[in-house]
Amino acid sequence: MNDKPHLDEEALTELQDVMEDEFDVLIGTYLKDSSDRISFLRNAIGTADADAFARTAHSFKGSSINIGAPRLGELCLKAEKAGKDNRLDEAAVVVDAIESEFQQVEQTLKRFLA
Amino acid sequence: MTKSQALRILIADDSDSDRLILKTLMRRLGHQVRAAANGSEAVAIFPDYEPDIVLLDVLMPVMDGITAARKIKALAGEELVPVIFLTSLTDADALARCLDAGGDDFLTKPYNKVVIQAKLGAFSRMRQMHQTLSQQRDLIGERNRQLLEEQQLAKRVFDNIAHTGCLDADNLQYHASPMSIFNGDILFACPTPAGGMQVLIGDFTGHGLPAAIGALPVAEIFYSMTSMGFSGSDVLREINDKLCRILPTGMFCCAAMIQADFHLNQLRVWNGGLPDGVLFRQDGGRDLLLSRHLPLGVVKASRFDAGMDVFHTRAGDTLLMMTDGVLEAENAAAERYGETRLRQALDNAPDHKAPIGTLLESIRSFTGEQSGRDDLTMVSLNMVVASEFREVAERLPQSALKGPAAWHCVYEVKDDTIAGSSPLPLLLHICMEVPGLRRKSAEVYTLLSELYTNALEHGVLGLSSDLKSSADGFSDYYVRREQRLDRVEGHFIRFELTHSTSPQGGRLVIVCEDSGQGFDHDRVLAPGATGALASHADNQQGKYSGRGLQLIQKLGHSLRYSEYGSRAEIVYDWESATG
Repeated sequence: MNDKPHLDEEALTELQDVMEDEFDVLIGTYLKDSSDRISFLRNAIGTADADAFARTAHSFKGSSINIGAPRLGELCLKAEKAGKDNRLDEAAVVVDAIESEFQQVEQTLKRFLA
Repeated sequence: MTKSQALRILIADDSDSDRLILKTLMRRLGHQVRAAANGSEAVAIFPDYEPDIVLLDVLMPVMDGITAARKIKALAGEELVPVIFLTSLTDADALARCLDAGGDDFLTKPYNKVVIQAKLGAFSRMRQMHQTLSQQRDLIGERNRQLLEEQQLAKRVFDNIAHTGCLDADNLQYHASPMSIFNGDILFACPTPAGGMQVLIGDFTGHGLPAAIGALPVAEIFYSMTSMGFSGSDVLREINDKLCRILPTGMFCCAAMIQADFHLNQLRVWNGGLPDGVLFRQDGGRDLLLSRHLPLGVVKASRFDAGMDVFHTRAGDTLLMMTDGVLEAENAAAERYGETRLRQALDNAPDHKAPIGTLLESIRSFTGEQSGRDDLTMVSLNMVVASEFREVAERLPQSALKGPAAWHCVYEVKDDTIAGSSPLPLLLHICMEVPGLRRKSAEVYTLLSELYTNALEHGVLGLSSDLKSSADGFSDYYVRREQRLDRVEGHFIRFELTHSTSPQGGRLVIVCEDSGQGFDHDRVLAPGATGALASHADNQQGKYSGRGLQLIQKLGHSLRYSEYGSRAEIVYDWESATG
């Protein structure tokens, strides 16, 4: 179903190399944005705003891929498609999966911080 | 990695973490970065920041990347500012929309440092290329503007020097495209002091200014020498010599010189490299005026043949000359008008006195071109009765300078010089220095040239003008004339001019003596005489000659012959113009 790794270690190492001192800031920013986005996704389901849901899922997908969390990115893509197709029931299930995957990513990323 | 040139980069991405990554990445690569959280902010920053490259996320709140790209491209105007979309989009339609909006490329997530660096390098080079191209285009545009300005200026100067002279005379018709000067075509006409006219039509090799430049000295020489009374041959020799000296090898001027004498009813034509001219006879006959010479500016003076073909004409005969542009006129199928069509058009012409209209119509119906953007130059000249040709000398500008009024001079030509050159232009020039006498140049020239012609042909060469009473004899006369000119050793022709002023104007006394045996002047000058000038032969009805002396008698106040006709004296009293 989703065989992508939780974290792309190689991408993360490169990011660390590029960001140097700012790597911690980046991770902090990403984690905060992501938990904001999860709340936003749940809200959008509550107000049945499929469009807003899809757009947030799209942005979430992009930043997850960039940070080196491909499995989370894949789940966001599923959410984005569900939103676009106005399948909010399925969207709610995917958000659950996103939340659980995010917790895992958060745990692992914190190990990268100094 | 070579350190590339530092760029100013504008980034718009609503995702804080993505923006942070990109910003840091760009700075690490040595570039300057400004970041915006949506398209609207990016558009606001763009004018002041003047970035070299813009990176836009596609989906953003407030204003998306596609709208921002359109606005930014509009603000950039002519300048090339590459817009690169940041995207995790994968479907082809969405990507195509980005390019439609003016996007130049994509960067896909996750960002890859090597790919980004390579793309920035590529776009930076593209941008520099565009700048170079724009600068060169502007430079070329500016040069072109200068060139046109210079051409306009050149044309003004040219029009002043190489004016069309007396091309507007009633007996001339012509066609020349307005900018023909820059095709290298020339067409000049000038009245002669003797009351005739000379026409020069020609075609320089090449196009544009280089072709036009050669036309300036040609015009200068043609107008000044013709109005001083030099013959067509003299003018041709001078022009040829000048062009040989100034033109580079391979550049020359195909040309024809036409010298029309309405008193003598005579045309002299020299054709060097132009298409055959046509002389339409009043009686329906037709003579071709073939090119017998190399163009002007090809052979050195010593090998240049300025001999002109002589044609006896009647009033109403019409001569047509044209440049190569006529034969070379092309239709849409790249076929040339050519000689066959030209001949047919002339055969079918309704009015041989006005062949140019017929010809133009024929050429235009062939090429399908109605506009004046052709490369055709042609001229036709009608022979007229001398009295109908109102020559322009009377309109010549008067010199502001005071000239010599009382003087005496003797000028004698001897031996070979008699054959080689005419003293008339020099003598006329001296007389024209007298203030007020310039208006009478035609009369003075006629006096001088009749005395000179009689002294040379009947005195020194001993030719009988009886010969000229038939058309055959006419050409025979000129053959003998050429032969005898080779045997003038020991001969002379001497002019003695004396000028004095009178309250009304002045008196010019011309004495012309020659080394010949004299001729029977009494018979010629007898009242009602129409006879030829004849020294030995019986006096017969002359049609072509003998008028000169009577003309002189009419113009000059007195004409006296002595020494058996080898000394002639004219007293010419003239009155200055009043008012």
